[in-house]
Amino acid sequence: MTHDISAGERDATRPDTPSATPAPDMTVRDLSLSYGPVAVIENLDLRLPPGRVTAIVGPNGCGKSTLLAGLSRLLKPRDGTVLLDGADIQRLPSRQLAKRLALLPQQPHAPEALTVAELVRFGRHPHQSWLRQWSPEDKRIVDAALDMTGLTPLAQRPVDALSGGQRQRAWIAMAIAQQTATLLLDEPTSALDLGHQVEVYELIQSLATAGKTIVMVIHDLASACRYADHLIAMHQGRVVAEGPPGETVTPALVKRLYGVECSLMTDPATGAPLLTNVRRTRDVLDGSAT
Amino acid sequence: MRVLTHCLSFGKPRSLIGLWLGLTGLLAAIALSSLLYGAGDIGPARAWQALQHMGTASGGEARFVLTELRMPRLWIGLVVGAALGIAGALLQAVTRNPLAEPGLLGVSAGAAFAVTLAILWGADTATLRVSVAQLGALGGCLCVLAAARLQGIGDDPIRLILAGAILSGLLHSLSSLILLYDQYTADEIRFWVVGSLAGRQLDDLVPLFPSLGIAALLTVMLARPLAALALGEHVAIGLGHHPRLVRLLVIVVVALLVGGATAAAGPIAFVGLVVPFAARALAGPDIRRTLWLCLPLGPIVVVSADIVSRLVVPPSELPLGVLTALIGAPVLIGVVRGRRLPTL
Repeated sequence: MTHDISAGERDATRPDTPSATPAPDMTVRDLSLSYGPVAVIENLDLRLPPGRVTAIVGPNGCGKSTLLAGLSRLLKPRDGTVLLDGADIQRLPSRQLAKRLALLPQQPHAPEALTVAELVRFGRHPHQSWLRQWSPEDKRIVDAALDMTGLTPLAQRPVDALSGGQRQRAWIAMAIAQQTATLLLDEPTSALDLGHQVEVYELIQSLATAGKTIVMVIHDLASACRYADHLIAMHQGRVVAEGPPGETVTPALVKRLYGVECSLMTDPATGAPLLTNVRRTRDVLDGSAT
Repeated sequence: MRVLTHCLSFGKPRSLIGLWLGLTGLLAAIALSSLLYGAGDIGPARAWQALQHMGTASGGEARFVLTELRMPRLWIGLVVGAALGIAGALLQAVTRNPLAEPGLLGVSAGAAFAVTLAILWGADTATLRVSVAQLGALGGCLCVLAAARLQGIGDDPIRLILAGAILSGLLHSLSSLILLYDQYTADEIRFWVVGSLAGRQLDDLVPLFPSLGIAALLTVMLARPLAALALGEHVAIGLGHHPRLVRLLVIVVVALLVGGATAAAGPIAFVGLVVPFAARALAGPDIRRTLWLCLPLGPIVVVSADIVSRLVVPPSELPLGVLTALIGAPVLIGVVRGRRLPTL
C-alpha cells in the first residue's frame, strides 16, 4: 500500500466524499415545463457544474421554483429532458433516482415529536427495501450525517423543539444520509434570521467542498453572490445570465431582474460582488410622485 | 385528557417491545375475563371450572356457553378490534387528519348499506357478505375522499368529518328505509346494524381470513412509505416513494379491514378513533409504532367494551356499537377541543 495517489485519481474522487458517485453531470436539454395549460418555461438548456454550489435567482414568478421542480421530477416536463449522468430522470426508477438526487422542499414540516435522529433515518429509505431493512451501515451513515451537521448532541430532541437553523440542518442531514451526489434545495433559508441563514449556507458550502453538486433556489441575490460558485439568473421563464457571480452580476442585470438601480462593489474579504445603494429606478419614482 | 396525553408522550418508553408485551398481557387478562363474565347465569366460578376441564369429555351447560357463545364472541372481538384499530391508524395517516375514523367517515356505513342491499336482493352466504361489505366500504371511502377534494375540505380536519357524517347519515337513512319496506331483511339485520358481537359463530370469521391476510401483508409493505408521507408529499417523492400509489393501496386496505370487520360485527364507530389516538399518545407519531400498538389496543377496547355491554343491563345486552360510541364521543370532543389538533 503506497501513499502516492496519482493526480488523476485525486481529481476523480475528492477526499471525504460522502457521496457514492462523485461529480455527477446534470444537464437540461430543451426543457419545457408548464402548470396545466400555463407554460412557465420553454426550451431551456442548462448544464449544472458538478461539485459546485449553483444558485438559481430571479424575481417572484420567474420560474425558478418551477425549474427546480422539473429538475427533481416533481413536475413532469411537457417537453425536453433532464439528464443525470446521461440518464433521463423521468425514465429512472424512482428509488434509483433517490439514490442519486436528494430534494429538500421549501419549509418542510416534521410531524410533532419526531426526533432529529428519526428524521435523519428517513434518508436511508431509498437504500433500504422490504427485505433489507435497518443495517449497521445505515446507522454508521446516519451518525456521520448527524456529526457533519453538528447535530449529534441534539439527536434525541424533537425536530419542532429546535431553532430554525438547527431544524434546517436536521433536514439537510436527512438529505446527506441519502448519500446522493446531487442535492436540490428550494429556498433553504426562507424564514430564517441572518445568523441561522449563515449557519445553513456554510453547511451547504461544506457539502460542495466534500464533492456534492448543490442546486438551490434563493430569493436573496446578496446571499447568492456570497455563497454560490455559479449563478443562474432567470426572468420570465428564461435564463438571462449564467456564470460565476463575480462575472455575471452587473447593475444592468439587477435592473433587468428586479427593476432597481444599484452600484456594485467587491467584498474585500471574500471577493464576492456586493450590491450597494439599491434604489428604485428613477422613472418608477417619478411615476409614483405625480 | 390533554395532560394525560402529554405525560404519556413525554414518558415515551425506550422500548416499543416492552410496551407491546405489556399491552398484550393486559389483552390476555381481558380475554380471559370475557370468557368468565356474561349476561346469562353462568357466573365466573362456573365458567372457570368449565375452562379448567376443557380437555375432558364432561361439560354441560357451562361448557356449552363457553365454547359456543363466549369463545366465538371473543375471537370475533379480537379480529374486529385489530382490524378497526389498524384501519383507523391507516386512514388517519393517509388523510393526515387525526379525526379520520372509518365509522365517522362513512366507510362503515357504506359497508352496512351494501350488505343491507345484498340481503334485500337475497344474498346471505357469509363469503358474499364479506366481499359485498368490502366493496361498500371502498365506495364509502372513495365518496368521502372525493368530497374532501372539493373546496379544500381535506385541509380542514373537522370539515372532512362533517362530510363523512353527512354521508353516514344518508347511508343509514337509506338502510333504514329498506328495512321499513322489507320485514325479512329487517329481522336479519336489525341487531347487526347497530354493531354487536353477540350471536356470531366462529364460522362467520373464516371467510374474513383471505382478505385480512392480504390487508396484513399490504400494511407491512405500506408502513415505511406511509411514515415517509408524514414528512410531506414532496419529501416522500424525494426519498423515492410513490405517494399516489401508496394512498390508493391504503384505501384498499382500509376497505378490506373495515368491510371485513363490519361484515362480522356490524358497523362499530369510534374504535378507529380511540385506538390510534391512544397508540400515538403511548408511542409517538411514527405510523409504524402506532400500527404495532393498535394490534393489541384495538382488541383491548373492543373486547372490554363487549364485556361491559353484557354486564350493564343483565340479563339483556347493550349493543356494542352503542357502547363504543359512549366511549368514543368524549374522546372525539376532547381531540377537537384541544387547542391545537395534533398534526399528522
